[in-house]
Amino acid sequence: MKSTLLAGALLAFATATSVHAQAIKLANVAELSGGGATVGTNWKNGIDLAIEEINAKGGVLGRKLEVSHADSQSNPGVARAQVQKALDAEPYVLLGPGYSGSVKVTAPLAAEAGIAQIMGGEAAELTQAGNKFLFRTSFGQQSSMPKVAKYIHDEMKAKTVAVVWVNNDFGRGGRDVVVKELDRLGSKVVADLSTEAGQADFAADVGKIKAANPDAVFVYLNEEESARILKELKRQGVTAPLMGETTLIGQKVIELAGDAANGARGHVGLTTDAPVDLIKAFREKFSKKYNYVPDHNGLKGYLAVYMVKATTEKMGKVDPKKFADTLHGLTIKAADEPGILMDVTFSDTGDIDRQSFLVEVVEGKQVVKQVLPKVK
Amino acid sequence: MSNLFDLLVAGLATGAIYALVAVGFTLLWQTSQTINFAQGEFVMLPAFLMLAAMHAGAPFWLAIILGILLSMILLGLGFKLLLVDPMMRHGVLPLAIATMALAIGLKEAVKQFFSAEASPFPSIVPTGDISILGHAVSLQSIGVLVVAIVAVFGLTALLNRTSLGHQMQAAAQNPTVARIIGVPVERMILLTFLINAFLVALASLLITPIYLAKFSSGEVLGQAAFIAAIVGGFNQVRGAIAGGLLIGVLDNLAAAYVSTQYRAAVPMIFLIAVILFRPQGLLGRAEERTV
Repeated sequence: MKSTLLAGALLAFATATSVHAQAIKLANVAELSGGGATVGTNWKNGIDLAIEEINAKGGVLGRKLEVSHADSQSNPGVARAQVQKALDAEPYVLLGPGYSGSVKVTAPLAAEAGIAQIMGGEAAELTQAGNKFLFRTSFGQQSSMPKVAKYIHDEMKAKTVAVVWVNNDFGRGGRDVVVKELDRLGSKVVADLSTEAGQADFAADVGKIKAANPDAVFVYLNEEESARILKELKRQGVTAPLMGETTLIGQKVIELAGDAANGARGHVGLTTDAPVDLIKAFREKFSKKYNYVPDHNGLKGYLAVYMVKATTEKMGKVDPKKFADTLHGLTIKAADEPGILMDVTFSDTGDIDRQSFLVEVVEGKQVVKQVLPKVK
Repeated sequence: MSNLFDLLVAGLATGAIYALVAVGFTLLWQTSQTINFAQGEFVMLPAFLMLAAMHAGAPFWLAIILGILLSMILLGLGFKLLLVDPMMRHGVLPLAIATMALAIGLKEAVKQFFSAEASPFPSIVPTGDISILGHAVSLQSIGVLVVAIVAVFGLTALLNRTSLGHQMQAAAQNPTVARIIGVPVERMILLTFLINAFLVALASLLITPIYLAKFSSGEVLGQAAFIAAIVGGFNQVRGAIAGGLLIGVLDNLAAAYVSTQYRAAVPMIFLIAVILFRPQGLLGRAEERTV
């Protein structure tokens, strides 16, 4: 009797350890509190949803996925400590953080450990430092701006463009790429206006735009300044079509600028309003599980896990050392892996190429007007 | 050329608001030697009072009236009784520093109780254009200019044409003699605080639809109005008006023809030049005190 019990206990222990050994461990470090709490919580919930789905269908290569969540408190210093701790546990892949600043300080740690890092940051410089282990889940400026320039040239048929940008890393990064691309396509930049972060009065800037009389205006400012310039453009009666990025047509801008935002167009990399069936289904599943509608960070977290699944299945084995190499240059099709939601290709630098959306503000609401195809 | 015209109109509209705020600076200085470094925050706060009234369900017109009345109570009466009167005894400098502290307090309070993010604010002037000399000029710019000009003319008429105004002038020029001839000096000083509060509330109503309601929006305004008051002449209401308009136009022309980065520097350089070569201000008179 005693020996049977012992054997049973041993068997149970062995099964437990073997299940444990079989699980693929992921580590997530995200902004679960502090200023980026919305970003990090959406990202985390997206991850949990994807893992639950994958495990319900038998996991990856027959092994379950497991994730640990750590809070960066939206602070790069804390993020660095948490990532170090996560890496010490030797995860298969590191997920997060979402803030570019936190990614910047943690990426060298993951690279040193030889662990792939799938993150949410969007600053252009992140993937330009030669890091071979860093992957995006959304567009960096170098991917989105060429699409913006192409739209201004091809669809708006603008021969002359005024470019207004905010004089900081974010604004200058976007401005440099878009001006180069417009030049390449043959649209002339007739006004190149730098503005200050926090600027209140845009009368003179809009005066210059008016004097340059462009066919289109590209506006690349933070949300509040976007709202102020939209109001001033309306006040001074500028009728040229307005094009921007997510920051020009975001919900906060629409709220602040009121009807001055109507007609403004913007390029959006990921949106849960996208007219894509798989994204609609994701939005429904997410809303049902968490009782709120996710923002694009929820999508990013979800996609990160499916990137892990698709890459691992491509390799046919769980090999953390080969993971990054396999993901570079990989194209994942939504037809093969529905969890990836849209066809996506990863470049050698970890940047992504994917279809995106052209959103216009119509009567105070964002309306997806067009799906912009992949660049390549 | 049409660009220059647009810039002038926009500059005058902004300048008119600076003028309202700068006039308040000179009024307080004239009657009570108060340099109010919280003047910019005084412009920021009424917009939030009006927004709070609207959130409580008041229609816009009622919110405006409530906002102006509350401003006069808080930023006029309250400011004088709770801060200026107790600090005045210790001299001009401690009072000036106390107003700096008040500025920080007001900003943080708004951030705490409202939000650190900007809020939209409705405009009293409808959007749209009218044509002047063949140029399309926005109704908002015209509206701001008209309201500011009416307010300034009203104030000048009050000071120069009425007995009340004469009593205020007397209280400012020589409080001792004014007291002897029966002018209620204390009440006159309080009146200037109330007028200042009314002017900043008006400025708030005009500028916030353009700048958005934000806790930090007073910083730029306060500085511009302070420069305007010194440039025009700290001891002359008409100097503050001229200074306000001048700084508004100069700021816009600098942004257009120099650079956006250096726009804030141009009025400063102008200020230094005025202090060096005409310290009493463009329209001010040396050694004279009047309202």
